[in-house]
Amino acid sequence: MLIFEHTSPGRKNIAQSPVVESEINDIPAELRRKTSAPLPELSELQVVRHYTSLSQKNFSIDTHFYPLGSCTMKYNPRACNSLAMLPGFLSRHPLAPEKFSQGFMSCMYELQEMLCEVTGMSGFSLTPMAGAQGEFAGVAMMRAYHDANNDTERKEILVPDAAHGTNPATATMCGYTVKEIPTLANGDVDIDALKQSVGPQTAGLMLTNPSTLGVFERNIEEIARTIHEAGGLLYYDGANLNAILGKIRPGDMGFDVIHSNLHKTFSTPHGGGGPGSGAIGVSKRLKPFMPLPVVAKENDNYRWLTEDDCPQSIGRLSAFMGNAGVLLRAYVYMRLLGKEGMQRVGEFATLNANYMMAQLKNKGFEIAIPDRRASHEFIVTLKKQAKELNVTAMDFAKRLLDLGYHAPTTYFPLLIPECLLIEPTETESREALDGFIDALLQIQSESENDSAFVKGAPYTMPVKRLDEVRAAKQLDLSWVNQSS
Amino acid sequence: MSEIPNDMYYTRTHEWVRLEDDGTVTVGISDHAQELLGDIVFVELPEVDSEYAAEDACCVVESVKAASDIYMPITGEVVDTNQALVEEPDLINSSPYDDGWIFKIRPADDEDIGQLMDASTYEAEIADE
Repeated sequence: MLIFEHTSPGRKNIAQSPVVESEINDIPAELRRKTSAPLPELSELQVVRHYTSLSQKNFSIDTHFYPLGSCTMKYNPRACNSLAMLPGFLSRHPLAPEKFSQGFMSCMYELQEMLCEVTGMSGFSLTPMAGAQGEFAGVAMMRAYHDANNDTERKEILVPDAAHGTNPATATMCGYTVKEIPTLANGDVDIDALKQSVGPQTAGLMLTNPSTLGVFERNIEEIARTIHEAGGLLYYDGANLNAILGKIRPGDMGFDVIHSNLHKTFSTPHGGGGPGSGAIGVSKRLKPFMPLPVVAKENDNYRWLTEDDCPQSIGRLSAFMGNAGVLLRAYVYMRLLGKEGMQRVGEFATLNANYMMAQLKNKGFEIAIPDRRASHEFIVTLKKQAKELNVTAMDFAKRLLDLGYHAPTTYFPLLIPECLLIEPTETESREALDGFIDALLQIQSESENDSAFVKGAPYTMPVKRLDEVRAAKQLDLSWVNQSS
Repeated sequence: MSEIPNDMYYTRTHEWVRLEDDGTVTVGISDHAQELLGDIVFVELPEVDSEYAAEDACCVVESVKAASDIYMPITGEVVDTNQALVEEPDLINSSPYDDGWIFKIRPADDEDIGQLMDASTYEAEIADE
């Protein structure tokens, strides 16, 4: 129910009402509204109840296990939040002169340095506002690099078919055509197909490692060599950085440019559309093309690099330097963890995923790539359940909500039929993992005994099974006040 | 088990291909493919008169689960598209081989169609999916 629908004419929220009616003198009479705005009329208590009850409908990390594969929905320490909200940070105006922003700028400079260290890149720009913008900036830099070398015949970006949909979308946005590279049944890129596809037309390859199939690309060195020998560049999609954090570095694998979703790996609550951060790192040869602003340190002073310092920069992506609050949370998170802590993130994320995968395999669930060690996530395929019991991945996902679990990612990656992509993250306890495994076993037994019951789920949610076709074809989000 | 009519050819990417009496070729997606995709909500048709090489992505079908490219089964020129799909994309679900056809092409080479899979080969191909 919308707050407008609670309205009762004449009801007022006294505490919020102005005590003195101010005189309006400087707005010409013909521009003033004749009737009052159609705002909801409620008491303070009604407003409080309305928003509190909405907040209670949230499914969130603070209330539920949230193993949404490829999204890294992990717990974000409260300390990151409270330190990023210190008054000095909160009140800093983005246009404040450099000499009054040295504290903030020193944090951003150190964040750039720490990101370089943990990813093995030589420069970092924090300005992209989200993962998609980071990707765009990354491929735009690849293009700028080729253009600067008068190498303008490179029109093609290679993307494995297991990639996130954003990769081909980004390549297309940057004016490239996309060539898809197939994946082998063991999860590795089909290197023979790659070798056949690469050539003087290749601008680069976009790769997620570990891939969306939840396995580490074992031939990464050969892939890097193949692309580089053809004159192309290697782009790292940082969506799965959590799996390798502190253990191995994209820069050492030969990547030229990476984007890192700081809101995933480095502690910002996300989902629901932001704010995010898609910071991008570059190898030495791409450094001149980084988007601005970037913080530089000169004689213990910090300053913003501008177009005068970096004439080859691809430019600016937003009015200021990214989402400052998200960047500060990432900074605090990295300082709290330190180098050893960062390694434990990768280790425990991997351990938790492999524990769940082994348990589910032992209990009869089919694992999509059973012979490989999982990275930080793994895939269960329910194609047998769909065929024999007519219970699909979607049905399992909906029923999980009733049992108090956010559903894993469903039907992605597209290569695996009826799949659940499960990412437990390093922040969950063994008890939480066991609880989720038990829930899947319960749904399995419910499916065998009464599949119609499972297909009717969820039963306990504020909204029941949605008409997805109507939602896609006739989405109507408008609300019209009938009484006015 | 999905339906696989005998009077047409199939591709690895799940398009079906039917040779018409006038020498044109009609293309759609198989019953198996529409089952995998789920409820289809949008179809982006190719442009009439445009030419594509075999295996080029030439149009897109979008379901509640995913958006998928449709690939040109054989080299040729698009001569007609099924405008009914604009309003009713779910015809592909309800009638994949008849009302849910997607486009017609004039093949560059009449021999090409023979290179595609017949019904029994396609059936074996999708058996373990």
